[in-house]
Amino acid sequence: MGNVVQLLVGTRKGAWIYRGDASRANWTVEGPIYLGEIINHVVLDPRDGRTMLMAAKTGHLGPTIFRSVDGGATWKEAQRPPAFPKSEDPTTARAVDHTFWLEPGHPSEPDVWWAGTSPPGLFVSRDGGVTWGSVAGFNDHPMYSQWVPPDSGTPDGPLLNQIAIDPRDAAHMYLATSTGGVFESGDQGASWAPLNKNVEANFGPELYPEFGQDAHSIAIAPTMPDRIWQQNHCGIYRLDRPSDVWERIGKAMPDEIGDVGFSVVPHPRCADTAWVFPMDGTTVWPRTSPGGRPAVYRTRDAGASWERQDRGFPGEQAWFTVKRQAFCADGGAPLGLYLGTTGGELWMSDDEGETWREIAAHLPEIYSVVAAPL
Amino acid sequence: MTRVLIPSQLYSYTGGESAVEAEGATIDKVLHDLDRRYPGIRFRVVDEQDRVRRHMRLFVGREPATDVRARLREGDELLIFGALSGG
Repeated sequence: MGNVVQLLVGTRKGAWIYRGDASRANWTVEGPIYLGEIINHVVLDPRDGRTMLMAAKTGHLGPTIFRSVDGGATWKEAQRPPAFPKSEDPTTARAVDHTFWLEPGHPSEPDVWWAGTSPPGLFVSRDGGVTWGSVAGFNDHPMYSQWVPPDSGTPDGPLLNQIAIDPRDAAHMYLATSTGGVFESGDQGASWAPLNKNVEANFGPELYPEFGQDAHSIAIAPTMPDRIWQQNHCGIYRLDRPSDVWERIGKAMPDEIGDVGFSVVPHPRCADTAWVFPMDGTTVWPRTSPGGRPAVYRTRDAGASWERQDRGFPGEQAWFTVKRQAFCADGGAPLGLYLGTTGGELWMSDDEGETWREIAAHLPEIYSVVAAPL
Repeated sequence: MTRVLIPSQLYSYTGGESAVEAEGATIDKVLHDLDRRYPGIRFRVVDEQDRVRRHMRLFVGREPATDVRARLREGDELLIFGALSGG
């Protein structure tokens, strides 16, 4: 039986590719790829099914992009990785520390890729990831210094952590940042505006600022692109356009679990269904599975209610942390779900979250898991 | 020509060579020449603002070098190290 799904796993010490057959019960592994490189994201281009980009740096070496045009068999470095323009003013001169997010462009633009970096920067490639340019519409926006305050952001630095493109319109884009929340563009990045109404930021003097939120993860509902899910630093939200006011759907989560986490995964075929992986956001913010009992939570009614799914996960003393890029779905039926922990474990469900099993352990700290067809 | 000592972190660029030669009157010009021979190597050592990256160290002979505009003299040796990046 041939392999049909692959998991592109980025870790703090290299990348691995797991390939599964149609049953999703049998997996083979390839790797490590670039052992020792810090790999934030590995992404397959769904438009050609062959090109992969990998965001890399090491503890010593600066950031780069590795590129494969044969499905991960061979890799070559990009000629010009994302970099800010040279600045004459050393006090404001920015340098990319690492590329965090890689986003294939709209299907109508086959060679376009987007990248988000730390410090927050938006970059575009128009040649399949070989060369990259700075997107002035965001990076040089007059509000940039307020959207990205100095010395703000996550323990790994401030992030432009996600880019989402409206499947109906290549010019309509959303960004998620750890410093300013969500931003929207209707002109393919030439201009941007905050999109954070009713989203909490409980770490500053103003609870509902225009910008300044920490948008851990956003996701467009594939079958209803006017619906945006958000797992925020402070809770779970949903936005149904054309409204610009987010709804705190995480309030329906059990009080003892809360609605803090890093990722939200929409169902590719059911617009009312999505999953989150809650983590403890109390006291000193442990960011581990509440009570040491890992579980995903699923909504099937657009966030009006949530159900716990934990069968197969350890029932006690399991303190999982799942980073924002490390929880994903494949396109299978029933849907496969995958998550990677900072403890180097890779878990999957082949029945839409009902049951879970570990498919890999002892990996380095997992930064990202991307499921892609083979 | 300047002799450049390459750290193990950059062997993937030089094909495993720990010492190579490059041309240039300044550290920056030598690094650009290195980049022509080994594409991509410079950006992993020096950022887009021409600053030596935080966990890289450059020496000219035994003297630390932090400004890539520094001039090199005939016979100088440029040493590149990866240093103290954590586990």
